[in-house]
Amino acid sequence: MRSFTYERARTPAEAAASAMRKPDAKFIAGGTNLLDLMKLEIETPAHLIDVNGLALDKIESTQEGGLRIGALVRNTDLAADARVRRDYGVLSRALLAGASGQLRNMATTAGNLLQRTRCPYFYDTNQSCNKRKPGSGCAAIGGFSRQHAVVGASEACIATHPSDMAVAMRALDATVETVQPDGATRTIPIAEFYRLPGDTPHIETTLMPGELITAVTLPKPVGGKQIYRKVRDRASYAFALVSVAAIVQRDGTGRVALGGVAHKPWRVEAAETQMPRGAKAVAAQLLADARPTRENAFKLALAERTLGAVLAEAKG
Amino acid sequence: MKSPSDFELSRRKLLAGSAASIALTAAPSIVNAQVPAVEAAVADVSAVWKVSLTVNGAARGLTLDPRTTLLDALREHLHLTGTKKGCDHGQCGACTVIVGGRRINSCMTLAVMHEGERITTIEGLGTPENMHPMQAAFVKHDGYQCGYCTPGQICSAVAVLDEIKAGIPSHVTTDLKAPPQLSNPELRERMSGNICRCGAYSNIAEAISEVAGRPA
Repeated sequence: MRSFTYERARTPAEAAASAMRKPDAKFIAGGTNLLDLMKLEIETPAHLIDVNGLALDKIESTQEGGLRIGALVRNTDLAADARVRRDYGVLSRALLAGASGQLRNMATTAGNLLQRTRCPYFYDTNQSCNKRKPGSGCAAIGGFSRQHAVVGASEACIATHPSDMAVAMRALDATVETVQPDGATRTIPIAEFYRLPGDTPHIETTLMPGELITAVTLPKPVGGKQIYRKVRDRASYAFALVSVAAIVQRDGTGRVALGGVAHKPWRVEAAETQMPRGAKAVAAQLLADARPTRENAFKLALAERTLGAVLAEAKG
Repeated sequence: MKSPSDFELSRRKLLAGSAASIALTAAPSIVNAQVPAVEAAVADVSAVWKVSLTVNGAARGLTLDPRTTLLDALREHLHLTGTKKGCDHGQCGACTVIVGGRRINSCMTLAVMHEGERITTIEGLGTPENMHPMQAAFVKHDGYQCGYCTPGQICSAVAVLDEIKAGIPSHVTTDLKAPPQLSNPELRERMSGNICRCGAYSNIAEAISEVAGRPA
């Protein structure tokens, strides 16, 4: 691990200002992804700003009837919250499908949103990777690409976003609240939070330099059957090949987002109009622009079938 | 034949002895396997942090390079070598300890991030003479073969039972609105962050079930 200086931030605004002032600074909360990457020298921050002391660990009701989830709420606590279990079941299920008990006890809401891809070529510093080293090329293209993106990828990057939680957040239309280095705050709809790789796959979100996530807000509950189905190589503790977050109403209408298929949680609102017609019709629109590799073309059929299983479960 | 605890004692003395000899030859007060002596000597003094932890009920003060993980602080600085370093990347669970009542991977967190916190390691759960019920159950059910993952398995198992008692759901919990059940699938799912290459899983599950079945 490269050496770094360390500070404990006292307020969110102070943390953001410090991140702007110090070159190569990073926030650290749970640390479950960042420290892994620092040990491999994939992340080499010169300065770490520990945000664990900020009072951002509450889940509060909003005036609009939704929930405001502090950035530091641990994945375990969010999944176990009685309001989340009752009104946002898809979020609870997505969280519980991710990582291990130990990691969920450390990992935070904001950190989960910002975790980096598990593309093996991103992790292997002997390989070219435009995300790790812009302009160096993409070793995953033409490599072992079974886990990689089938839709929304580019010539520069075919990595997927690894989060389960973010897929549920996308289906729930969550909003990301932030504070900027000048102390100003803003809200970013989750639909506008993640970027597709394009030719700058190292820029993964629309956060500005130094900007700190303070909370994630959920709108008021929309009801419906809420399901998160994750298909993976092991029954537990593995990243998704394909996952489906769905909210299905009694009349068959609803929302659906996919994980494991793109650089971000994949949702196409127009495809949701097809939900009463079934999985085939929805998948056809959701994945209309898919460009799989030979190794991951199976994800198209897998996504459609997983969606079919989810819609059947919702009816039952 | 020497008992395992005799071996542990002699091994600890040996480790403590070698740490002391390094301290004599390297001028800086930081003794950390991760930091070459030259780098430590030129390091900015502000880069060294004082950390107070309560480990197994005792207050411990440390002066650390901020890069020191909680795992390395426990093993290399406090010589509590019961906690094991397996993958060092949060994947195997051998380093599981209980911090503030919750199990975490001690390899994936920095010691400086735990100022003032309460940490329980395998040494704090029980002793060879007075084992924790979970330790006794692992022995009774042969919940290990080589034993390397065992401290992490036991710390994890103790915390798992508390998590179920606290009503925290898991991936296999059927009804999110009801309290989780103490079933074999629940225990297996919750223990999936602890890998055992010897494959003692079925015995581990039996050991945990036995402890869970006892009145608290």
